[in-house]
Amino acid sequence: MKTQPNFLRLYFNYKLALLALAFITLTACSNKEKSEPKDAEDIPVSREMIAELTAPPHVPTPVGRRKAKKLIVDMEILEEEGEMTNGVSYVYWTFGGSVPGSFIRTRVGDEVEFHLKNHPDNKLPHNIDLHAVNGPGGGAESSFVAPGHEKVFSFKVLNPGLYVYHCATAPVGMHIANGMYGLILVEPEGGLPLVDKEYYLMQGDFYTKGAHGERGLQAFDMQKAIDEKADYVVFNGKVGALTGDNAITANVGETVRLFLGNGGPNLVSSFHVIGEIFDKVHVEGGDLINTNVQTTLIPAGGAAIVEFKVEVPGTFIMVDHSIFRAFNKGALGMLKVEGEENKKIYSGELRDDIYLPEGGGIQTMPEGDNVVQEAPLQSLEEQLERGKQAYMQTCFACHQSEGQGIPSAFPPLANSDYLNADVDRAIGVVLNGLTGEITVNGETYNSVMTRQSLSPSEVANVLTYVYNSWGNSKKVITTAMVEKVRNQK
Amino acid sequence: MLKKTYILLCMAFLLQLTAFGQVTTNMVHIRGGSYIPLYGRDSSMVEVDDFLMDKLPVTNRQYVDFVKQYPEWQRSKVKGLFADQMYLRNWKNDTLLEDTEHLKSPITYVSWFAASKYCECQGKRLPTVDEWEYVAMADEELADARVKKTYNEKILSWYEAPKTSTYEVGRNPENFWGVKDLHDLVWEWTSDFNSILITGESRKDVDKDSSLFCGSAAVGVTDLMNYAAFMRYAFRGSITARYSIKNLGFRCVQDVPVE
Repeated sequence: MKTQPNFLRLYFNYKLALLALAFITLTACSNKEKSEPKDAEDIPVSREMIAELTAPPHVPTPVGRRKAKKLIVDMEILEEEGEMTNGVSYVYWTFGGSVPGSFIRTRVGDEVEFHLKNHPDNKLPHNIDLHAVNGPGGGAESSFVAPGHEKVFSFKVLNPGLYVYHCATAPVGMHIANGMYGLILVEPEGGLPLVDKEYYLMQGDFYTKGAHGERGLQAFDMQKAIDEKADYVVFNGKVGALTGDNAITANVGETVRLFLGNGGPNLVSSFHVIGEIFDKVHVEGGDLINTNVQTTLIPAGGAAIVEFKVEVPGTFIMVDHSIFRAFNKGALGMLKVEGEENKKIYSGELRDDIYLPEGGGIQTMPEGDNVVQEAPLQSLEEQLERGKQAYMQTCFACHQSEGQGIPSAFPPLANSDYLNADVDRAIGVVLNGLTGEITVNGETYNSVMTRQSLSPSEVANVLTYVYNSWGNSKKVITTAMVEKVRNQK
Repeated sequence: MLKKTYILLCMAFLLQLTAFGQVTTNMVHIRGGSYIPLYGRDSSMVEVDDFLMDKLPVTNRQYVDFVKQYPEWQRSKVKGLFADQMYLRNWKNDTLLEDTEHLKSPITYVSWFAASKYCECQGKRLPTVDEWEYVAMADEELADARVKKTYNEKILSWYEAPKTSTYEVGRNPENFWGVKDLHDLVWEWTSDFNSILITGESRKDVDKDSSLFCGSAAVGVTDLMNYAAFMRYAFRGSITARYSIKNLGFRCVQDVPVE
């Protein structure tokens, strides 16, 4: 509006050359204000562009304000052996060499020219069904490609949102179960609002001939897949893809956006970040925005975008809150946040008080308290039996039934050099908890064990059980030893 | 002119074969019968007559001999219509394999045209899908082992194992008929590989030809065997006769003359 008088003034005051310049400025301005055609189908494309593809957990650069383009997507299918977890390998079928496949980032109106290449070493034909495509089979029909060949097809993206793509060649379930899925994002005109950090996570369930953790190359188990009895439920294709050194990171005060998908083939994900609340969720990856969400559901073959600001430092565990999948099957990732503590938002532990429900109110137990509890003498057998019970109730969830722990998340107790090296230290860990980096059997762990609510005799029993199991040093811990460590503090 | 000599050559070969009494030691006799193919639904029985089948897939060595005898099938001379540019890609030149390849490995990177011609010149032909599947449903003990869970699992695990085409032929035990390596080395050409139309959109094929595809996506829960078959049919559906592929070889069969 305001340019009009300016323009008129220019017209009267300056020469023709300047007029032309002003005219260009004007057109540029008016173009900016004018939005694109209402119908995504009519959005014109200018120029060609090679799509940036990224392996998880990374995502390509945001589209920002760029215009719709002809986008060339070059994707190669590879069948290759990879690691499912320590000592367990699996033959993955992949889009672009990773599970999930390469992330594709487009904007509404883009005309995608898709090149699907099936590596000559591959054994099987494949294709791709992109949920972002309007057309039969989502492209599957036009992309059915034999090993050593390349198929090309194109489509215009019309609906903004986050979409799953996957292979749809018979047997479809098997192709998906072997890792053939990924995400394609269609940003609205002008792009999604910019945030500080963006990551790409996709859940999948795996079915292996051997049980969870059985070593060696594991074949796909069709019967388990049909029965929907997953051996592994993981983020980004393997156990530990997002823990330890592979954890995703952010700084205090930053807003994190996660592009979440679920390849299935069978299970639905209840995605939750322990200790965070999603400020914003694009429900099922679409336009609907929900706010202040604790856990969001991601259907198999579906997606969601979640955003949250991280206020305090620490390690935030991402899980499928169908919780046995997280602690026993691998669906666990970590977000490490660095920065200043904020005691107002989260204080950490302030006090440890004794709670006596009957009379007397609340008493505070002073530090260095010297009370010795009467503990009846027990035989070693009794100690082991009670220790095992306490273990199954308190320790099992993280350290697992055979003390094997969970790679990159929870250290093993079986054959543990850290455990056997120092008994008093081990007692202290159970009594007081342990936070920070430790090295166990050559692997580095950096997580949190809380203090355990066990009586000194229970601590003695559980540690005796642990020391007398799984190849450990067979030490016997007495209540007196526990008391000694407790009173040192 | 050339064609005539060519036919004559083939004929001569045939005559020679007949003279030797037809059954060479490299072939085994398959007793015909009827069966319901893996993909079948109700009573779509298939009849197979008696025939002879190569015990082993055609090897690199045999194919080298073939192209020496029939230079028109050498890599530099083959007609584009009959083989794509991947034809014999793992060869150094027209008559020599790359150093990394083994003479005893199955020949791959051959088109359907080339495979058909090879068999023709031996006085043989490519098996039909029905014949191939009939023999392939045997394991070491049974002519039809499809009911065994282990049989299907074994086949599926091969389909998943990468890079098996470089193994030598004959490494696996003979099946019920005395045939080896049907499932464990390479895919094999069949004469009518493309007679079953699948679109590539496997889920849609459900209503394409219901007698053949009772729904790849809606496979009966008990019918695990279908998965192995679906993978073979998917593979056959993805290729055309010119394709020359790393994991695709062939073997020949021969009719048993009616007495």
